[in-house]
Amino acid sequence: MSLEVTSLESNTQVPAKPLKVESPWKIAYRRFTRNKLALFGLIIVILMFLICFFGPMFSPYNLYDYKLIDKNKPPSAAHWLGTDKLGRDVLLRTMLAGRISLTVGLVATAITVFVGATIGAIAGFYRGIVDTLLMRIADIFLALPGLPILIILGTVLSDLKVDPGNRIYFVMLIIGILNWVTLSRLVRGQILTLREQEFMLATEALGLNDRRKIFRHLLPNTVPIIIVSATLGVAGAILAESALSFLGIGVVPPTPSWGNMISAANNLIDFRKRPWLWIPPGMCILITVTAINLIGDGLRDALDPKMKK
Amino acid sequence: MKQYIIRRLLQMIPTMIGISIIVFAISAMVPGDYITAQANPNMTKEKAEELRHIYGYDKPEYQRYFIWAGNMLQGNMGDSLQHKAPVTKVISTYVWNSFIIAFVSLILSWVIAVFTGIFSAKFQYSLFDRIVTLVVFLCMSLPSFFIGLLFIKLFALDWKLFPVAGMTTAGSTATGWDYIKDVANHMFLPTLVLTMMSTGGLTRYFRTGMLEVIRQDYIRTARAKGLKERTVIFKHALRNALLPAITLLGFELPALFGGAIILERVFAWPGIGQVYLGSINMRDYPFMLGFMIFLSVLTLLGNLLSDVLYGLADPRIRLK
Repeated sequence: MSLEVTSLESNTQVPAKPLKVESPWKIAYRRFTRNKLALFGLIIVILMFLICFFGPMFSPYNLYDYKLIDKNKPPSAAHWLGTDKLGRDVLLRTMLAGRISLTVGLVATAITVFVGATIGAIAGFYRGIVDTLLMRIADIFLALPGLPILIILGTVLSDLKVDPGNRIYFVMLIIGILNWVTLSRLVRGQILTLREQEFMLATEALGLNDRRKIFRHLLPNTVPIIIVSATLGVAGAILAESALSFLGIGVVPPTPSWGNMISAANNLIDFRKRPWLWIPPGMCILITVTAINLIGDGLRDALDPKMKK
Repeated sequence: MKQYIIRRLLQMIPTMIGISIIVFAISAMVPGDYITAQANPNMTKEKAEELRHIYGYDKPEYQRYFIWAGNMLQGNMGDSLQHKAPVTKVISTYVWNSFIIAFVSLILSWVIAVFTGIFSAKFQYSLFDRIVTLVVFLCMSLPSFFIGLLFIKLFALDWKLFPVAGMTTAGSTATGWDYIKDVANHMFLPTLVLTMMSTGGLTRYFRTGMLEVIRQDYIRTARAKGLKERTVIFKHALRNALLPAITLLGFELPALFGGAIILERVFAWPGIGQVYLGSINMRDYPFMLGFMIFLSVLTLLGNLLSDVLYGLADPRIRLK
């Protein structure tokens, strides 16, 4: 008899360690930190931000130091990246340009996320005619040639004589708005399935209004894909801004940006003999965008539940 | 299938109308016109007005839209003001210069991407795979103009391996084989940059596709049958891994004919993108509009093409 009891006991024994239920965010965090390349990207981006936003404070120079005696000097101990044609420190300019380029990338993406997620959520939530209409508009935007239109809009900015200081806001706006389609389609797809789930029945029973349903209950569930899409979007926006600024129709001097610093290369002598003027900002773009893409890819692996491995 | 294609083509009509309105509206926002852009000092006010009347710029915007759209429907894109020739002719003249670079780089990037993709999937997490992954991300993040400039500086100016820019040596009258060699020499750098840019994403795509396929049971069966590893990978796995990539071919259509605007500018390559940049500066509206419509049509056709190709290649997909 006693034998039987003990065997029963051992069968029903609970495991010594209680099963810990990890939150999805914790799982994602664990997956992300296991991805060395993504972590490497994250470190680079953080460093880039720190250097660009705090570096200028430690620089002994300022942008208005026109020391013409020191103009066009190659890199030296005093000027690590040399000086430009007005005797300004290139390192300082690169850092300040980084502030602008990074900010443009972030704000443009924030605009994309805001517009894209809202439109996608509305289309997915209301379905029917609203959805058809919005998605037809999305089709139109998807077939529009992006770069040619960006270039025209940049030209419009130049022709309307927009104040150079305010121009970066317009650049953020046009880059941000032109990109809404991809994100809105992703969000719409998610919302279409989410709205059929039980928790939406609960919001119905609670009598919540549509705005609350969309913004408090549906959209938060799409945050993972928004994060991934937005991260990759920042990389794209930085590239778009730099290309426009290089063509002279994005962010224009005196506001420095990585793109418009590279346009120094349009001057043949600067291009050939003074590579320190345009190679550092170019490398900054390359490094930053690569690092952001690495993070984006790591986030996708970490947040996308389809990639269980 | 036929029905499907016809329905898709019909669906394109409202999309094209929307595109034409947006494109026209954006171009109309650009201040100034061809006459002011020429900055001809001999131009009197009366003469300018007369010219504007001839070009039809004195009419209200919505009227101009309908005139333009009406002509477009008849296949008449108008005359390029800057080139003094029909827009269709300007496009067909320059598009091939863009096409040749895009085509060569398309072939190269597909070949490179298929092989590196296969090998990094085969040896997942190996050193090779890690290096490929990093290079892939670098390629995906290249600012084309900067890499173009860097290559010109290094390969053309410093090491004098390739010509700096353009499509042919200035003043060259070479014909036949010499001409081809000259163009090939000039093509090398822009094609290299373009290939690098497109190889990144493609490699990633093939790697993922291959990883999915080689985990499947039929691959294990093939190995169990004692087939050579090469046969397993290249004959059994590759076919299924390549299948979804067929859709990508359709999406390449606008890139093949649309020109790489910024690269062409950096390398002074006489392609369609370069002409487009010039047309904006000269306010050559007929060309600007025509080019953008041309690109949009290519994009829409490319989407259709990729869907149709996928339906043809994969019997599991039924196009309705």
